[in-house]
Amino acid sequence: MPLGMPLPWLLVFLPWAGAIALALLPRERPAALLNIGVSAASFLLALGLLVLPEGEQGWTRVDALNTPLLLLGFLIGLTTAIFSAGDIAAERFDALRLRAYHAAFQGFMGAQALALLADNMGVMWVAIEIATLASVLMVAVHGTPPAIEAAWKLFILCGVGIALALLGTIFLYLAAQPFVGHGDSGLSWAVLKGLASRCDPGVLNLAFVFLLVGYGTKAGLVPLHAWLPDAEAEGPISISAVLSGLLLNAALHAVIRAKAIVAAHPGTVPPGPYLIGLGLASVLLAAFALWRRHDARRFFAWSSIQHMGLSAIAFGLGGPAANLAGLLHMLGHSLCKSAVFFGLGHAVRRRASQKIGDISGLIATHPGLGWGLAVAIGAVAGLPPFALFASEFALLTEMVGRHWWLSLPLGIGVLVAASAKLHTLQLLCFGEARKDAAPPPGAAAWTLVPLWLHLAVALWLGMALPGWARALLAAGAEIPG
Amino acid sequence: MTFGQLPYDVAHLLGGFMLLLSFVLLYQRGVAAVVNTFAAQGAILAAAAAWQGFVQGAPQLYLTAFIAFAAKAVLIPLALRILIRRLDLHRNVEPALGIGPSMIAGVALVALAILVVLPITAGSRAIAREDLALALSVVLLGMLMMITRRNAILQVVGLMSLENGLILAAVGVAGMPLVVELSTAALVMLLLVVAGVFVFQIRERFDTVDTALLEPHRGEQP
Repeated sequence: MPLGMPLPWLLVFLPWAGAIALALLPRERPAALLNIGVSAASFLLALGLLVLPEGEQGWTRVDALNTPLLLLGFLIGLTTAIFSAGDIAAERFDALRLRAYHAAFQGFMGAQALALLADNMGVMWVAIEIATLASVLMVAVHGTPPAIEAAWKLFILCGVGIALALLGTIFLYLAAQPFVGHGDSGLSWAVLKGLASRCDPGVLNLAFVFLLVGYGTKAGLVPLHAWLPDAEAEGPISISAVLSGLLLNAALHAVIRAKAIVAAHPGTVPPGPYLIGLGLASVLLAAFALWRRHDARRFFAWSSIQHMGLSAIAFGLGGPAANLAGLLHMLGHSLCKSAVFFGLGHAVRRRASQKIGDISGLIATHPGLGWGLAVAIGAVAGLPPFALFASEFALLTEMVGRHWWLSLPLGIGVLVAASAKLHTLQLLCFGEARKDAAPPPGAAAWTLVPLWLHLAVALWLGMALPGWARALLAAGAEIPG
Repeated sequence: MTFGQLPYDVAHLLGGFMLLLSFVLLYQRGVAAVVNTFAAQGAILAAAAAWQGFVQGAPQLYLTAFIAFAAKAVLIPLALRILIRRLDLHRNVEPALGIGPSMIAGVALVALAILVVLPITAGSRAIAREDLALALSVVLLGMLMMITRRNAILQVVGLMSLENGLILAAVGVAGMPLVVELSTAALVMLLLVVAGVFVFQIRERFDTVDTALLEPHRGEQP
C-alpha cells in the first residue's frame, strides 16, 4: 500500500488532498479535470475494498454494510465530477467561488467516506459534521439571497441535529463506561455492540433517541426535513446529486449503526417502531407534498425525503429480508436520483428556469435528453425493471407478511408519490414544448453518459445481480439485525 | 461521591451556574447583554472542564478548558460585539415567545431533564448523573432559545449555548475518549456559523438578520 497507509484511510485522505490542491487551482478547465481525476482514482481505490478482509482496524471498519455504500458513493462522485465538468461553465463561478466549490466537493467526498468507514462513533460524528460543513459551503457558493437562506437553514437545522447526535454519542459511552477501560475502544461500534446486552437499557434508550433525532435530521426524515428541499434547489446542480445520493445515505447509515447497538439489548424499548414511524411520516407527507411542487428541483428533493422514509421503514422492520430491501433501496435511490438531477441539470440550463411549467415538453425539443430524463424519472417513481421497483416490492411484501395493517398507509404513500412523479414526468418530457430560453451551453453529448450509466447500474441492481453482489448485500443486511 | 465532598460540590456548583446563565440568556432582551452572558457561560464552562480534568486526573481536559475559554469567553463574544456595533443592534429584540412563557417552558424543560436523566443513570457515579442532568438542561434551554428568538445572532448564541451543554456532558463522563477532538470539531462548526453571519449577513442584507424575512425565497410560487 502506498505510504503504508491502510486503504480505508487512503479513501479519506486522497479526496482531502485533492481538495487542498483544488483550493489552489483558480482555472476552470484544469480544476474540473483534476476533480475528475481525483474522483476516478478514489473510485478505483474503493474497488479494492472488495478484496479487503472484513473487520475493524483502529478507527475504521470495512464490512458488508458499508462496502456497497462506499463503492456506490465513489461511483456517484466520479459521475458527478464528469457531469460537473460539462456544467461548470454554466454556473458562472468567479475564481474564488470555483476554488471553494471544487474544494468543498472533494472535502465532502472524503468526509462521507469517513462517515461510512468509521468504526468509532466519535469519528463518525466528526465525519458527518465535516460533510455538513462542506455541503453548507457548496449550497451557499452562489451567494444569492435564496442560496444563503438555504445554506443558513441547512446550517442551523443540521447544526442542532449533529449537536444532538453528539449528545447521543456521549450517552452511548456513558452506557458502556462501566465495562470498557479508558481509551478509544469505548466508542468503537463493534465493542459497543458486543457490550450492549450488559449495558443499562435506560441509558441506551436515551442515547438512541438523541442519535435518531440527530442523524435523522441529516437523513431528511420528517419532521426534521425542512432544510432538504431548499438545499437541493438552491445550490449548484451537481451538488443536488451528491447531497441526495451520499449525504443522506451516510446519515441513515449512522442511524442504522446506532439501532444495531441499541437493539442488541433485549431490555431496551425496541428502536424499530420509531424508525417505522418517522419513515411512514416521511413517505406520507412527501407523497402529498409532491403534488404541490412547481419547482422541479424541490420536487425531486421531496422525492428524496420519500425514499429515505421507505429505507427507514425497511430498516425499522429489521430482519434480513427487510434490511436487504432497505439497503437495495438506498443504493437504487442514490443512483436514480442523481441520474434525474443530471438530466434535470441539462434541462434547467436549456430553459433557464427550474419551474416545471417552463421546462415542459423536453422530448419534442431535445429527444436524447428528454428520453433519458423520462426513463430516470420512471426509475425514481419505482417503475420496473429498475432497482427501486425491486426494493419497494420486497419492502411491501415483507410489510404485508409482518404488519399487514401498516401496508395500507405505506401502499397509499408509495402509490400517491409514484403517480405524482409520473404526472411530473408527463409535464416535463411530454408536455407542450417550450422554446429554449438560452442557447445550449457547450456541453457535449458525453455529459449525458453519467445519466445512462446510472440507469444501467440501477437496471443491473434490479434485474441481474450476480451471485457475489447478492451475497455481499445479503451479508450487509445481516449486520443491523 | 455525594454532597459534602469537594469534587462533587464544585462540579455541581459550576454546572448549576451554567444552567443559571442559560436562564439569563433566555430572559435577556438586549442583544449585547445576551453576548455578555454567553461569554460568562463560556468562562464557567472552561472552569468546569478544568475542574473535571483535575478531579479525574485527565490532563487533556485542561486543553478542552483552554480552548473553550479562548474561543467562547474571548474570541466569539469579541466578534459578536464587533458585529453588533456594525449592525447597530443595540436595540431590544422582541422574542417570538414572551419572556414569561419562555421562562415557564424553561423550568419545565429542566424538570424534564432531571426526570429523564436521574432515574436511568442510577447505576452511574453521582458526579456524572448530576452533571448530565445539568448538561441536558443547558442543551434543552439552548434549543428553547433558538426556537423563541427569530434574530439570527440570537439563534447562533442559542446554538452555542446548546453546545456548551454538550461539552459539559462530555467532560462530566469520566474517561470519555476523544473529548478534545470532539469539542474542537464542534467548536469549528460554531466558528464557521459566526463567520457565516459575518460574511453573508453583513454584506448582503443589513437590516434583515431577522430570519423571518428570509421566508419569501421559498420558490414555490407557480
